[in-house]
Amino acid sequence: MSESFNEEQVRQVAHLARLNLSPERLAEFGAQLSKIVGYFDLLQELDTDDVEPTAHPLDITDVMRDDTAHDALDVERALSNAPDHDGTYFRVPKVLQQEDA
Amino acid sequence: MKTTPGSIASVLDAMQRKECSAVALVRDTLEQIEQTRDTLNAVVSLLPDTALNAARRVDEARAKGTPLGPLAGVPVAVKDNICTGDGTTTCGSRSLADFRSLYDACAVERLKRAGAIVVAKTNLDEFGMGSSCEHSVFGATYNPWSLDRVAGGSSGGSAAAVAARLVPVALGSDTGGSIRQPASYCGVVGIKPSYGRVSRFGLVAYASSLDQIGVIALNVEDAARVLSVIAGHDPRDSTSVDRPVPNYADQLECDLSGVRVGVCEDHFGEGLDAEVASGVRGAIEVLRERGATLVPIALPHMRYATACYYLIAASEASSNLARYDGIHYGHRAAGADDIVELYAASRGEGLGPEVQRRVMLGTHALSSGYHDAYYLKALKVRTLVKRDFQQAFEQVDVIASPVAPATAFRLGEKLGDPLSMYLTDVYTVSANLAGLCAASVPVGLDSHGLPIGMQLQAAPFAEALLLGVAHAYQRASDFHTLAPPESIST
Repeated sequence: MSESFNEEQVRQVAHLARLNLSPERLAEFGAQLSKIVGYFDLLQELDTDDVEPTAHPLDITDVMRDDTAHDALDVERALSNAPDHDGTYFRVPKVLQQEDA
Repeated sequence: MKTTPGSIASVLDAMQRKECSAVALVRDTLEQIEQTRDTLNAVVSLLPDTALNAARRVDEARAKGTPLGPLAGVPVAVKDNICTGDGTTTCGSRSLADFRSLYDACAVERLKRAGAIVVAKTNLDEFGMGSSCEHSVFGATYNPWSLDRVAGGSSGGSAAAVAARLVPVALGSDTGGSIRQPASYCGVVGIKPSYGRVSRFGLVAYASSLDQIGVIALNVEDAARVLSVIAGHDPRDSTSVDRPVPNYADQLECDLSGVRVGVCEDHFGEGLDAEVASGVRGAIEVLRERGATLVPIALPHMRYATACYYLIAASEASSNLARYDGIHYGHRAAGADDIVELYAASRGEGLGPEVQRRVMLGTHALSSGYHDAYYLKALKVRTLVKRDFQQAFEQVDVIASPVAPATAFRLGEKLGDPLSMYLTDVYTVSANLAGLCAASVPVGLDSHGLPIGMQLQAAPFAEALLLGVAHAYQRASDFHTLAPPESIST
């Protein structure tokens, strides 16, 4: 079922994962991921058509708490680990780019 | 009661008898950690100021006769993916090398409330991803029993620190064996509690449906004491279960004549080192001699557990680690001029190769066109694995097996072949998939002088029974009192 990862596929997964990787690492990952995903194919031996999935080990569903206000972090502390901030805001590069012609 | 030198009981006793103060103990501990920094690399950072202040308060309280907590003055090390409001919480990652948590994890809060003194943060595979403690931006931790061997992972720093008698006890976290396997490689006791037994509040998330905080200690009694302190419901973790916490240390006496020990022959099949097999079989025989009944059991889906685990863990990791984008905290790459480029560059620089590999695997397993074949398939196989254990625990109280297929491997040996490293987790991942509690106890040394561990697994929330059986074994054996060669640890 699995095919080995070609360069284009590895690049596509890295893009989806928002990982900027060197060409060497992309090549290395391609070979390693092919081998690992090949091992995962072991699961295809099992007929699981009538098996319910388990997402979580506990039989709990929604856990509710009282909707009450708590003390929250003050802004200065909340920003204390930020790589860049401006006043009370996290600063980021431009989010929307102008359409290139 | 027999106590190992350096155990919690002996430390508390020494302070009680005024043979040493908490301040002196913490000072010695900090100094010893400093001395082994280059040889072991078990510790990422020290917390000298807050630790000495806390020790001073314990000494003052003792002098005044104020009632003290059950761990008053006991030095504790904490894995560096568990948040402490003091110092840094790096997760062994470049991305969090300077990260300072704004709060203590629930488990840390409870330790401090009991009087324990957090002295150090321990090394780990980055974000808990690895089975060797080599995948850390701070470099590998070395096994105190043999410095050319890995300490195991991911809680390798915690296991090495306890094995080298730097601290009597340490917190670790276990997602697929990350407490039990390093405990086994380092010849100490490791407890992975049932999923939901200990709050994950303040544990940096790797795979949220599998992660659990637990204890690494010199003996079962110490592990039980600490588990009683950290376990219990916490409203800040909605998956922490609201059920009473027994005083595990008071319930350790266990009559093995009523206990059924399950043995699965598949656990002793191909791929298991012969010396490990005979060490574990010998320990099971000790349980039988002490009155336990051995019951053969079947776990038909065990051979699928490792593939199932890595698909689920990687999928959850790819989602959880999306937060390391260089915006709110963590490493931010320089020079990116749009936001997507900033994310990708920061993550490319900040995350190490093993973490990137798992994020890639998980992203692939969750992506359109592959989700059903990989992620959903793994969730269904998880049901089958869980069912195997439900059926087994109708016939037996605990299941005994090896912890890992072999003793500690050589540094670098498996770094080039990630799949071979993943396969060392074959015995431990199932407990996380099924939410079981499980322990690793030392049962001997192989011909290289490396520790062998036995795993005991029990049904969810059967910690009292699990610890009782492990304690009964330690009553009949001296392996947990063996310390690594002195020349290495100090």
